[in-house]
Amino acid sequence: MDAQIIVSILISVCVASTPLLLAATGELVVERSGVLNLGVEGMMIIGAVAGFSVAQITGNPYIGAIAAIGAGAVFSLLFAFLTLSLVTNQVATGLALTILGLGLSGMIGEGFVGQPGIKMTSLDIPYLSDLPLVGKLLFGQDAIFYTSLILVGLVSWFLFRTRAGLMLRSVGDNSKSAHALGIPVIRIRYMAVMFGGACSGLAGAHLSLVYVPQWVEGMTAGRGWIALALVVFASWRPARVLVGAYLFGAVTIAQFHAQALGIPIPAQFLTSLPYLATVIVLVIIARNRRMTMINTPASLGQPFVPDR
Amino acid sequence: MVDSDDNNKELLSVSGITKIFGTLKANDNVDLIVNSGEIHALLGENGAGKSTLVKMLFGSLQPTSGTIVWRGNKVKISNPSAARILGIGMVFQHFSLFDALTVSENIALSLGDNIEMSALADKTRSVSQEYGLPLDPDALVGDLSVGERQRIEIVRCLLQDPALIILDEPTSVLTPQEANKLFETLERLAGEGRSILYISHRLEEVQRLCSRATILRHGKVVGACDPREETAASLASKMVGAEIDIVHREAGSDTGDILLKLNALTMPPATPFSMPLRGISLDLRAGEVVGIAGVAGNGQSELFDAISGEATQADSDAISINGIPSGRMGISERRNLGAAFVPEERLGHGAVPNFALSENLLLARHRSDKADFLGLGLLGMIKRSKVKILSRQIIEDMDVRKSGEDPAAAALSGGNLQKFIVGRELDRNPSVLIVNQPTWGVDAGAAARIRQALIDLAASGSAVMVISQDLDEIFEVSDRIAVISDGGLSEPEPAKNMTREKIGMLMGASHQNDVDTPNTLEATA
Repeated sequence: MDAQIIVSILISVCVASTPLLLAATGELVVERSGVLNLGVEGMMIIGAVAGFSVAQITGNPYIGAIAAIGAGAVFSLLFAFLTLSLVTNQVATGLALTILGLGLSGMIGEGFVGQPGIKMTSLDIPYLSDLPLVGKLLFGQDAIFYTSLILVGLVSWFLFRTRAGLMLRSVGDNSKSAHALGIPVIRIRYMAVMFGGACSGLAGAHLSLVYVPQWVEGMTAGRGWIALALVVFASWRPARVLVGAYLFGAVTIAQFHAQALGIPIPAQFLTSLPYLATVIVLVIIARNRRMTMINTPASLGQPFVPDR
Repeated sequence: MVDSDDNNKELLSVSGITKIFGTLKANDNVDLIVNSGEIHALLGENGAGKSTLVKMLFGSLQPTSGTIVWRGNKVKISNPSAARILGIGMVFQHFSLFDALTVSENIALSLGDNIEMSALADKTRSVSQEYGLPLDPDALVGDLSVGERQRIEIVRCLLQDPALIILDEPTSVLTPQEANKLFETLERLAGEGRSILYISHRLEEVQRLCSRATILRHGKVVGACDPREETAASLASKMVGAEIDIVHREAGSDTGDILLKLNALTMPPATPFSMPLRGISLDLRAGEVVGIAGVAGNGQSELFDAISGEATQADSDAISINGIPSGRMGISERRNLGAAFVPEERLGHGAVPNFALSENLLLARHRSDKADFLGLGLLGMIKRSKVKILSRQIIEDMDVRKSGEDPAAAALSGGNLQKFIVGRELDRNPSVLIVNQPTWGVDAGAAARIRQALIDLAASGSAVMVISQDLDEIFEVSDRIAVISDGGLSEPEPAKNMTREKIGMLMGASHQNDVDTPNTLEATA
């Protein structure tokens, strides 16, 4: 295999991993604030259809991506209103959000099925992207890819280095104590949920504007669930989410190539490999039980009702 | 800081405060005046409305009606930040700390926005040393003892330089020695011109510290006095509004058969924040009450779980009930051997909150009284009428006050539910009874009833173990007293040889040996 092929494989790994990373990073922030939003899949698909349709109408994929961010955030606002203001069950509401998102996106996207999409072009940084081999990999990818990497860093810095991040973690650790100290629990959770929705929306846009550039009903194909699982296996640490998302992406791509090369391993086993590999590696990372318990948001999924 | 000229001036004046929750008047037209530089006691039984009142002063709750005047100006305290800006600080009864965050992160959360984390660590260290409250800013709160957690609350409060500090039942979790240190700190703070609103139901503390007291009963102010001029008995009758039954106890025997034997009971910690048990041995004999004293979080709940079978042991001989090794048995098997258990948490552990009393009775005894309550066959149809008859019997025996025929557990007050839960176990006439914090948050009348029932059970030939943080209770009921500290248990001694000071020493005993204890654990594990 020559170097060119390896580079193109690596780029396809990045493309496969980016939506997972975005959605998981968003959900990590949501869960760190103590809210369990199982509607990631639904918010992603809403982002995918919004991104695709707005890009088709305006002819500009960047406006499409921004529309996807907005659509994801607005859609998650519905979840926030139900679970935070009306105190509905978070698990049931999240599942409903997924089902609603899948149905709604199918309806909105009906007219766009089969249309050739507008692919978000790569950002070619002059000279740098012309470097041999690494040029294309490091400096010649799409804007959403770079956004996702910057976002992980920003989220990590925000959570562990800023006062606002500390407040968000405190709300997830003990919402009653936070309230007693005058920290606006519900407002922080609203903002966290909407951030998660925005990230999921962008993740969906990556699918319909970069990965596939098309609209296909149900095109998220369970990636929202993978992102949810990644957050838990990564024990709510941004860096581990990055490892998990890329591992999953890498093994997914590797098994495609293995199947293409006709390696005599049953295809079903190869298809299950990404799941297996990710679970095993993240379980090994998280084997320090003490650290896992410290990182787990203690009030995850528990509704908060101020006693007044 | 407050100028000394301000001393004895009105700092805070509350008039006509009322707070209504649903149909309950938690505070009814309450008046309270706190002067500068005084330590003012707010006295009352559990449920008298003390916590509700101070939560309104700290902005966590909003009054239904009434006014708050602070330094001569009428104010509305809409949230805790507003209270802090006015200069009101609070040390909570149930700490408002975050286990997964460090000490300085916990402190940062309650301070203003413009705090540098690096400077905060230094400031924490300096303030904590100045007031003799040593703290490590980088330690995780989940790893700290209860006394250390309270220090965080106090230091956090002091960093805001408050003019009024509210302390809600601060000594309920401290050893007598730790409490003495706290009193010194408080007297020093009052000397600096700060006011302290001290909430307690412990009369001797109030008499030692406070020059004025306001007494609440059922949400109303029933009196104001100088506690130093009152006797403990006169204060108690003001708080309770009636004379309390005195608990009677005959000397228990120490020659009965051993009904519960703990043999070097050792358990690793179940979570990073829980306590291991370190080689606990104890013989509990027929006819005696053994009191296990200790500060909260020293292994009491772990010990209870180990004996009740909620946590089973690898070594079958670690626990013997009625002479039968039962370390590997589950909770129902142990009950069938004649043991009975009353856990600390009433709602959610001792009883299912939304289930009726009779259903809770059945849940606890569906195995031990299978023949009485359940029909034959695989399904085991419930004989509801039988369960209800027994439930009524227990309610009558224990004088449980309730509304309705068979109300949900959550609808009862804490004291009445506890009477029912204790009664549920007593009715089986168990040979071994283990109770954890039997009267925590229970009013004085119900507490006396429960304690008497425990003593009477022992007198009838059973063995009773009472795990409690309340030293008064320990002395009232126990024939022998042992102290649990850092997961280890001291040698039990006859109650007549024990003093508060001695118990205090034992409570703090192994905290100084923190460095060696992990090794002893490994050696025994």
